[in-house]
Amino acid sequence: MVERVLTGVPAAPGLAEGPAVLRREEAVRVPRRADAAPDVERRRLAAARAAARAEIEELRKRVAVTAGGAEAAIFAAHLMFLDDDALLSMTGASVAQGTNAEAAWVDAVEHFAGQLEHLADPTFRARAADVRDVGRRVLAHLSGRPAAALELPTPAVVVAQDLAPSEVASLDRARVLALCLAHGGPTSHAAILARAWGVPAVAGLGEAVMDLNDGDRLLVDGGRGEVIVSPDDTQRRAFHERAGRAARREQAELAASGEAAVMRDGRRVKIEANVGSVEEAVEAVRAGAEGIGLLRTEFLFLNRREAPGEDEQTTAYLAVLEVMGPRPVVLRTLDAGGDKPLQYLPVRAEANPFLGYRGIRVLLDHPDLLKAQLRAMLRAGPGRDLRIMFPMVATLDELRRARALVDEVRGGLPGAGPAGGRIRVGMTVEVPAAVVLADRFARAVDFFSIGTNDLTQYTMAADRGNEMVARLHDGCHPAVLRQVHGVIEAGHAAGIWIGVCGELAGDQDAVPVLVGLGIDELSMTPASIPKVKAIVRRRTYAEAQRLAAEAIDLDSAEAVRALVHVRSGGTSEDG
Amino acid sequence: MKTVHVRVINEVGLHARTAAVFAAEAARFASTIRVRSLTRDGGWVDAKSILTVLTLGVEQGHEIEITAEGPDEAEAASALETLIGTDFAGRL
Repeated sequence: MVERVLTGVPAAPGLAEGPAVLRREEAVRVPRRADAAPDVERRRLAAARAAARAEIEELRKRVAVTAGGAEAAIFAAHLMFLDDDALLSMTGASVAQGTNAEAAWVDAVEHFAGQLEHLADPTFRARAADVRDVGRRVLAHLSGRPAAALELPTPAVVVAQDLAPSEVASLDRARVLALCLAHGGPTSHAAILARAWGVPAVAGLGEAVMDLNDGDRLLVDGGRGEVIVSPDDTQRRAFHERAGRAARREQAELAASGEAAVMRDGRRVKIEANVGSVEEAVEAVRAGAEGIGLLRTEFLFLNRREAPGEDEQTTAYLAVLEVMGPRPVVLRTLDAGGDKPLQYLPVRAEANPFLGYRGIRVLLDHPDLLKAQLRAMLRAGPGRDLRIMFPMVATLDELRRARALVDEVRGGLPGAGPAGGRIRVGMTVEVPAAVVLADRFARAVDFFSIGTNDLTQYTMAADRGNEMVARLHDGCHPAVLRQVHGVIEAGHAAGIWIGVCGELAGDQDAVPVLVGLGIDELSMTPASIPKVKAIVRRRTYAEAQRLAAEAIDLDSAEAVRALVHVRSGGTSEDG
Repeated sequence: MKTVHVRVINEVGLHARTAAVFAAEAARFASTIRVRSLTRDGGWVDAKSILTVLTLGVEQGHEIEITAEGPDEAEAASALETLIGTDFAGRL
């Protein structure tokens, strides 16, 4: 008998109940001969690969529709493996010596999968599963038994050792209540697809999960990484109450997301969206955004051989402004450099791109590029609330030079610019030098937007992409919060508004603290807006101020998060 | 024969998309092109195969060596050096 509660790794959040359906891997016996006719085997292999290719193309299309292009890219890699030079030449050499196609193919697949499996980096190891997935598919055609998709006649919780991407993609999404996997983790393809589908998933449950029987009743908690087997009535009742509460809260938050975020004593915080395309702007409006706090203009510049022309840019900015109507839109000028290189702006390889040639540093050296972008912005401006923001400003001189270019461009464009004639110009505050001199900068701009991702990285001297120091990279650290506090004080003393446009703005623990520090605006990914508005509405400004004052005197990010949990009355967000 | 050394600045190294772009770029040339990691000890592999490029396990900051031999060896080596050196400038 299996244990009643199985604990694994959270892979995709959500709560679900249903009967188990086990996917047991069948041991595949590979026939092996040494006297096969090479011509025949080559033809068989080519036919099997062609059939596999057609199936993978089909899966790719299906996943692109149900989960989006990024997830579908998994299958683009599968197609490349199918045609890989090294894999085919190794198989071909073996076939030429009389080995049958099945054995030659499987040996070559195992050769490469085995090498990938031995690499230290888990992302490389994950490719081993992809190679084997392609290998199995071709083998199935060689043996004349094409892989059958797991049939789900009724909705069920799928239980398996692990699911190859193509196995997940073949599932009937409407009937998958949850996934429970013995192996894998949050970065496996199965987990990624489950999150994209909104299906709860728990990975790394161990072999014990394979002792379950078809039809066993399961309660799956994807957020906690927990599976309750054959629950009793009390457990089921508690589970359904939690699921009901979570669903009701989410619905209520969504229903209220069109309203402003007003605190219990009347203070209002503007909740805006970070977007990088017209589609995201549409999503932002739907989620209740009161404006765009950060329009990343890079989408126009990346993946092309030449910079976009002024007209093309104007059209693109107008399309976003059109979606936003009267709401304010902050356009950030191009933030490219060593970390986001462009073909027409060659940047030498840098040892440290985040401390390198990027943002305004690049733009000021390419005034034609910057002026074309500013002209395009101003031409899109008439009748709109459009604001311009410069990234990575470290010195007052950079800011003055950038502002001078705005004035120069404006002079050549009579009648351009937003309604009311004033163009508001601001800067992102992400370099510690700008924090230290915030009082000086505040007199030279119309607004500040604090870029907490880079500010945290520079403050803690911790690269956010490096998992060895990821623990240090937490914007809730008092060292970061105190800087946010200082910037807000300096900005308010000069009479300008201050927003946050980093991930911290959508961080549930950070929101009450930022609000208590006096932030005027929070800009985040559209999906976070309903929840953040609800958090803002929960408190009075005075309560948030007391919380913030306590938070910035603590020792660590963990202590700040713990404090927010305690002060929220212990109401955990998932429960 | 033309040989170049280059340091990989891409944050995921030569993995998935980057390995695919690298192998596809190599495949444009007629020369025989091989690549090896100088950071890890290991042998030469076919630069035109995404699979063998993946097995090098090249992470950010690793040094690799590329060698091309054939009618367009100079162009091939220089194209691959530029691709890696500019962090796949706009090709990802």
